[in-house]
Amino acid sequence: MNETTKKKINDLIEKNEICLFMKGTPDVPQCGFSLAISNILKHLNVKFTGINVLEDDDLRQGIKQYSDWPTIPQLYVKKKFLGGCDIVKEMFESGELQKVLANK
Amino acid sequence: MSLKLDEIKILIKKAIPDAEIVIKDLAGDDNHYSATIKSKLFSGKTKIEQHKLVYKALNGKMGNELHALALNTIES
Repeated sequence: MNETTKKKINDLIEKNEICLFMKGTPDVPQCGFSLAISNILKHLNVKFTGINVLEDDDLRQGIKQYSDWPTIPQLYVKKKFLGGCDIVKEMFESGELQKVLANK
Repeated sequence: MSLKLDEIKILIKKAIPDAEIVIKDLAGDDNHYSATIKSKLFSGKTKIEQHKLVYKALNGKMGNELHALALNTIES
């Protein structure tokens, strides 16, 4: 990953407390997994920023290296990588996600 | 771009020998799976670390040859 991409990702998670790297946008997700996280956050009435990696291939590849995580979506809360779709779903079902978001 | 169910199992078993794996081909297309994996290796690890162990076992295939693998990891 080049420095420009790294800086871009740093800036994005710095500026957006709840930052979802996803395929598509929160209004028009382009993948079922991105849709799932997006829906959970909407359901919890959480304000979040969706970053569409399909519009930027450097970002799409870069975020995988940045998080050392091979898939998208990826959710960051307060600069911390929370997980992909399965983990976020599990955290939502156990109530842990609500706690993390309340303490942000 | 696809990966057979048995190949996934073999790769996981190689890296996580005690793994009990239940895997389903969700769409019948060798590309969308869900897996429940139980192992002692997961104990004391966060969910992120547990899932990373599985991804590492798949040797970079996740997100490439393999499009979707919903994961549920369980400590045994």
